[in-house]
Amino acid sequence: MGKENKLSAGIKNGFSNIGKNVKEIGVTFTEGDWITKLSFLIMGLGQLIHKQFLRGIIFLAVEVLFIYYMVTFGAEYLVGLFTLGTVETYVDKSGVVPVTIYGDNSFLILLYGIITVFAVIAFVYLWRVNVRQNRQIKIFLEEGKHLPTSKDDLHSLINENFYTTLLALPNIGVFIFIIVPIIFMICVAFTNFDADHQPPGALFSWTGLTNFKNLFSIGSAGFGSTFFTVLGWTLVWAFFATFLNYFLGMGVAILINKKGIKFKKLWRTILVMTIAIPQFVSLLYVYKMFADDGLVNGYLLKWGLIDSYIPFWSNMTYARILIILINVWVGIPYMMLMATGILMNIPEDLYESARIDGANGFQMFMKITLPYMMFITGPYLLTSYTGNLNNFNVIYLLTQGNPKSMNMVGGAGYTDLLITWLYKLTINDTNYRMAAVIGIMVFVVTAVISLVVYRFLPSVKDEEGFQ
Amino acid sequence: MANTTKTRSRSMHAKVTNGITYVVLILMSIIWLFPFVGLVFQSFRSYATEYGGMVSYIIPKEFSWDNYTYLFSEECSFVKWYLNTLTIAFFVAVLNTFMILCVAYSLSRSRFKGRNFLMQLWLILGMFPGFLTMICLYFLLKQIGLTQAGAIPGLILVTVASAGMQYYVSKGYLDTVPKALDESARIDGASNARIALTIILPLAKPIIIYTALTAFMAPWCDYVFASYVAFGYSDSYNVAVALQRWVWTNDYQGFFTRFCAGGVLVAIPVTILFMCLQKYYVEGVTGGAVKG
Repeated sequence: MGKENKLSAGIKNGFSNIGKNVKEIGVTFTEGDWITKLSFLIMGLGQLIHKQFLRGIIFLAVEVLFIYYMVTFGAEYLVGLFTLGTVETYVDKSGVVPVTIYGDNSFLILLYGIITVFAVIAFVYLWRVNVRQNRQIKIFLEEGKHLPTSKDDLHSLINENFYTTLLALPNIGVFIFIIVPIIFMICVAFTNFDADHQPPGALFSWTGLTNFKNLFSIGSAGFGSTFFTVLGWTLVWAFFATFLNYFLGMGVAILINKKGIKFKKLWRTILVMTIAIPQFVSLLYVYKMFADDGLVNGYLLKWGLIDSYIPFWSNMTYARILIILINVWVGIPYMMLMATGILMNIPEDLYESARIDGANGFQMFMKITLPYMMFITGPYLLTSYTGNLNNFNVIYLLTQGNPKSMNMVGGAGYTDLLITWLYKLTINDTNYRMAAVIGIMVFVVTAVISLVVYRFLPSVKDEEGFQ
Repeated sequence: MANTTKTRSRSMHAKVTNGITYVVLILMSIIWLFPFVGLVFQSFRSYATEYGGMVSYIIPKEFSWDNYTYLFSEECSFVKWYLNTLTIAFFVAVLNTFMILCVAYSLSRSRFKGRNFLMQLWLILGMFPGFLTMICLYFLLKQIGLTQAGAIPGLILVTVASAGMQYYVSKGYLDTVPKALDESARIDGASNARIALTIILPLAKPIIIYTALTAFMAPWCDYVFASYVAFGYSDSYNVAVALQRWVWTNDYQGFFTRFCAGGVLVAIPVTILFMCLQKYYVEGVTGGAVKG
């Protein structure tokens, strides 16, 4: 629906925004008095002179700190970002005792380099705000309006700008612990950071698209065939894990809600046990239950139903089916709770009139219950599917991705999802570059599915609708 | 005459379907409870008198408290691990809830420049798998001394720092609180902070309990990052990391039943808490589905 138009409009918008900004900065400079002009260099000056002490001091402090940071620390790392370090670590054997002389640390250069880039962007933005405020001061004074004092500024933090107060901490947290690390890892995908290039012992450097080529190259050393096997199973797994749980959970909810069924609360409580009990307890126990020498095999042997144990976990097909079934055990109750709540909201007279028209139970389910459920839970299905793509716990606690295969690289097994494979590559192989590439692929898969499905959802929410 | 046969056949029909339903429900209950019953029974099997590994029967020949006494004995740090997990769970529950409410309230009540950008950015960030950034986070924590011996505060910090991104359910709930309430208070001259604290917060009680409950339960299962941050320093393990080792080591002589005992001790308080607050959980889950 005119996506390209939207995009080009967006780009045009962006450029015209920049143009507008530059123009405004120019106007501020030419029309401003000497204080405004000097404020371009000394941030916060205009604010200080016009008795906006809080703003003035903050801007001044930002400028001083930024210059200090860049001179003593930042500039070096910003330059280092281009090469990720040039001085190798080596062992000096000229003395009696060999001494390790540490060179550059690529890891630190990349990390601090990224942080410095953000510092520069933030500084430019604050400088722009500073200029705008100086312009505002001029306009306010000309119009004879009251300039906000420090007290007004502080008060606005619990009133008009209360949201900034509330969002400050979460945003700082997300920036440091989500945004910086993600950008760091995206960068790692374009380097050769792996077991052979581990700082501080060795440098790593930019390698362009090599890792991505490796991911798609089919051959003995390439990751191609393993990647597509794992990706395929990840998609299949998420499909079954989502839809099997969805329909079975709905079915169970309908069964329990049926008129004339007693002890409704008891049935629900029993099922909900799998949500309440921490998964690492229940899943590890179930894993052992189906082990070669576990309870299930033990009883089947004892009753003479089989002659030798069933290799539930070492046979690919058994393992895959079992994982999906055990996930039903864990997942149905959640869907049941949800469906119970929604089913109660379906107006009873819809069923009443259908009954008068002579519809049977199945027809009513297909014509009333299912469409209603699908409409309401569309977004949930989507998040549930993407959540299952990354369902680490169920896979890792049950099989750790096993059974392993000689045909797969990077220690991958037949029940590995992309996410568990990524984990193995990080922990066992310290192959950070390929782990980063796979992480990016997980993102791509999730994003594509979300975008495509979202367009087909009937219930794309009207955000303001409920208010 | 015809009418009565019809009603009779209908009631017969209802009886049969109800009967089938009961059978299905009973079968399901057995399947659902079987592993937990097994867990409890096997936790009472003694290593000394019977066998501590895998056996092919459920009910132990002789009940004993051996495994439980081992957990509380000097040679095992189970109590330490348990307290570690409890500490993490408590702080995460309190601080996560605080962070999530801050974000949910702002996004639900304020319309500001950059609001849509923020929501879209966080949506996109959420599509990156969490483990991707593990090594970078480990390094950041190491820089401030919060790995290995300091793993507990480190784990709390990492979890809480990014908690704001899980605002969806709470925001959906706050969206249903009528804005007219805010408006009338604003006319009376209340500041936004005052409105949030005195009017919205009390109304948000169910969603606060839901958020705190889910936040409290998550750390009990946290294996991946917890084991990475502790990095072999066993005093910093949580129960999931520690008990996992007992199941996965090849030599589980005695440790399988000890795992069962530990599992029971972990499951009981969490399950009781969950069952008590189930009402709020259901409300959150359904609300989350309806509002997406």
